[in-house]
Amino acid sequence: MSFKNALCAASTIALMAGSSATAESLTIAIVNNGHMINMQTVAEAYTAETGVELNWVSLEEGVLREQVTSDTATGGGQYDIINIGMQEAPIWGAAGWIEPLEFGADYDVDDILPAMREGLSHDGTLYAAPFYGESSMVMYRKDLTDAAGVTIADNDSWDNVMAAAAAMHDPDNGVYGACLRGKPGWGDNMAFITTVVNSFGGAWFDADYRPQLDSTEWNAAINFYVELLGSYGPPGSEGNSFNEILALYNEGKCGLWIDATIAASFLEVDGVAYAQSPNAGNPVGANWLWAWAMAIPAGSPNAEAASDFIEWATSKDYVQAVGNHPDFGWGSVPTGQRASTYAIPEFQAAAAFADAEMAAIESAAPGATDLKPYVGVQFAAIPEFPEVGSAVAQEMAAALSGAKSVEDALAAAQAAAEAIMTEAGY
Amino acid sequence: MAIVAQSSKFSTYGRPILAWGVGLLFFFPIFWMILTSFKTDADAVKPEHLIFFTPTLENYLNMTQNYDYWRFARNSVITAVSATVFTLFVSIPAAYAMAFNPTRRTKDVLMWMLSTKMLPAAAVLYPMIFLAKGIGLYDTHILVIAVLSLINLPIAIWMLFTYFKEIPKDIIEAGKMDGVNTWGEIKEILIPLAWGGIASTALLIFIFCWNEAYWTVRLTTVDAATLSKLIEGNRAPEGLFFGRLSAVSTAAVGPIVVLGWFCQKQLVQGLTFGAVK
Repeated sequence: MSFKNALCAASTIALMAGSSATAESLTIAIVNNGHMINMQTVAEAYTAETGVELNWVSLEEGVLREQVTSDTATGGGQYDIINIGMQEAPIWGAAGWIEPLEFGADYDVDDILPAMREGLSHDGTLYAAPFYGESSMVMYRKDLTDAAGVTIADNDSWDNVMAAAAAMHDPDNGVYGACLRGKPGWGDNMAFITTVVNSFGGAWFDADYRPQLDSTEWNAAINFYVELLGSYGPPGSEGNSFNEILALYNEGKCGLWIDATIAASFLEVDGVAYAQSPNAGNPVGANWLWAWAMAIPAGSPNAEAASDFIEWATSKDYVQAVGNHPDFGWGSVPTGQRASTYAIPEFQAAAAFADAEMAAIESAAPGATDLKPYVGVQFAAIPEFPEVGSAVAQEMAAALSGAKSVEDALAAAQAAAEAIMTEAGY
Repeated sequence: MAIVAQSSKFSTYGRPILAWGVGLLFFFPIFWMILTSFKTDADAVKPEHLIFFTPTLENYLNMTQNYDYWRFARNSVITAVSATVFTLFVSIPAAYAMAFNPTRRTKDVLMWMLSTKMLPAAAVLYPMIFLAKGIGLYDTHILVIAVLSLINLPIAIWMLFTYFKEIPKDIIEAGKMDGVNTWGEIKEILIPLAWGGIASTALLIFIFCWNEAYWTVRLTTVDAATLSKLIEGNRAPEGLFFGRLSAVSTAAVGPIVVLGWFCQKQLVQGLTFGAVK
């Protein structure tokens, strides 16, 4: 083949651009997890009924945020529906990047758990509909606590939790007392650490949005965290987040694990018991609140079709469709979004963690309080938080690994956070 | 004598053993990925099913039914082949010019081209996204082909320049004396003589294009999304879906591994071209 021919062939192939989205097709950006994967199968019925073709773009959480943020901020219109979390929804709603959501009476918006509705709204307007939600709780091995003669109660004290971890800790036999997040990231170690700090009475920022990492509460909380995980955690905890700990837990290597309530549906170890998150005197903020929700980018040409799909995918009927689906069943229904889900007898029978999850979500308090001026439990719903959280996360991982003292790590974290907030104009 | 005998023993037994050891070491992750792709997600994380398990095709069926594997594969073929052809189309004349008609600045130009590889891709991510959207090329094959070609051009030119430098200049000049024009020199003399080097460059560029993930993940959504994006989409922050991730990864790297296997002679020939003077 001559070069001329080769160039012609290459150009022809290059011009084979795909067809663009039509009114009868929706492009949906989703985070890759079990519930979302199931939705792709369940939604075949939606396509059959309405004729709307669904193009799924499944992405890893970090890449999803990056793509959706750049697309939404530039009004790119690559997606008709986007998966966003609680950190983004109120900010993007206020910025006008996503459309307000209004559904029919049958949708029963009041059935959405109040904490979820509040966290996904701005000025009382819902901007994203929760597909599933989660809080955090203690998941512990009852057989090990019984054998060690210790107990873990709902809203227990951190001291008692540390004592229980110490009693179960048996590294010679491959059992570690406490498995907790240590991998740096604002959504990784900082999600858990923030709940610990909250429970010690600390907060990310004061009323003037000055970072509070140099406070006595942060100091006490991080010293406690490093001691608990450093003494009774698995080696290399600074590299562990949700998936790594899930693998350890299912191998029977963890005495207790405090993490997202959704973890309970993945646990395959016998004798798991649940308890509400511990605290050190301040129960507000001891358990986090998160939702993966669906929103419509502003200016989407298919906004009406997108709204119809979101209404279906976050409805009571969708929960029934998953529960009755031959491939899934009641143990696979998305939870944490609607009160009515927890009243379904088949779901209660299939999910031993249902009551504990519901209680955790109901007691989560994302709103601003006297202690903190911002919305959010394990994060602050301000645009600068991912940058601040990521910088602090690195310092906390350094403290956990022993590369820095807690005091040095907090001082460095405070300096980094102050620099970011100052530059942002606070 | 003893040293010679020892050296001979090493050549007979030691080298093959070492070569097999290194080969197996490099192949092990691929073997493990293929093995895991035939396990269910549950079995993939159970130590008792590390080696012994009931194989299943569930992950491959799921990949083709739920993820439209063939669309991603088609996009990978279109973009990788086109980008490789375009890269060669530009790099062969460029390397020819620098190898046979060097100027005082040729070395500087080569270094400048290489220096573009030192720029972190993340530094130009957002400008690229804005630019692509601004000219309406976001999520198109043309954009992906252009980006893949541009990021691989420096390497292609450097490789081809090295191969071309090994060809005696007299041969090219003899062609000139016979009245062959520049295009004829490239087509009739240079390409046949440097075919091994061009083939190995093409193969390497094709492999780089096929495996490229940073840009293909970020500059596409549906229409031009490649297999890299399919793999990326199967990484889960909450849940251990190693079975299906392994199946997707196996299906994505499979074609390139097979291609590499069949072309290994040309690849090795090209890579060692000029290594021994």
